[in-house]
Amino acid sequence: MRATVTVMLKQGVLDPQGEAVRHALGALGFEGVSGVRQGKVIELDLADGTTEGQIREMCEKLLANTVIESYLIAIS
Amino acid sequence: MKAAVLVFPGSNCDRDLKRAFEQVGFSVDMVWHKDTNLPDGVDLVGVPGGFSYGDYLRCGAIAAQSPISGALKSHAARGGYVFGVCNGFQILTETQLLPGALLQNMSTRYICKPVGLRVENTDSAFTSAYAQGAVITVPIAHHEGNYQADPETLARLNGEGRVAFRYVENPNGAVEDIAGILSENRRILGMMPHPERAAEPLHGGTDGAALFAGLAQALVAA
Repeated sequence: MRATVTVMLKQGVLDPQGEAVRHALGALGFEGVSGVRQGKVIELDLADGTTEGQIREMCEKLLANTVIESYLIAIS
Repeated sequence: MKAAVLVFPGSNCDRDLKRAFEQVGFSVDMVWHKDTNLPDGVDLVGVPGGFSYGDYLRCGAIAAQSPISGALKSHAARGGYVFGVCNGFQILTETQLLPGALLQNMSTRYICKPVGLRVENTDSAFTSAYAQGAVITVPIAHHEGNYQADPETLARLNGEGRVAFRYVENPNGAVEDIAGILSENRRILGMMPHPERAAEPLHGGTDGAALFAGLAQALVAA
């Protein structure tokens, strides 16, 4: 089985990299881009039967720093 | 007086920190990240700057899970002294020995230059040799030095006098110009600037030397 974890900076935490991308899009002439947030996608190949609880633990312990980041788990 | 300096793959300020500790009289052991114990009788653990594990995932995140990390946490729980510089500060926030987190610099650039720091609180072994409010010059060299914490944490840090240093001119976007913070028991200091790189005349400045002298003095007295 595979799980995809999306890690993003929490709302309210300024994302300088996202801001730089937003400026670059504006400079390229793309209008109306009011916000860009950049995060990471982590794909996990897992033994069948791994529970969402276990994946959540992986996120809490290592994959995300929950002081500043939120995460989303999608299992396929 | 015994100190240990942790060494991770990618640490690059470990020997500078060792030398700074030795200059004020510590005997220093270098401890590899795969070790699970600190040498007996260690008073002070230095967590050095660098790029532990290549800054993979997040700065300090993998180091915080390395085998030596457990021993570091037990040392801290026993009331031992811990000093984290730059990547060491990032590791201390990732292990949650210090609150908050270090984000990318607001400018998105790596910044390497001397900066002015104001000594905000002298009630700790690390800062006791400075005058309250003194402005010192110490180099920074980082890409993720933008300290952030939630309002409750900031209120606690301010209320308990745990902000050790603030930038005179904020280089990285850190909230309230915070450059270094103390733990609740005031025995753990994490800071982004590098006092070990301003500790001897050959470094071009010696404003960092008093930090190490103060530490030695406190530990001799103890």
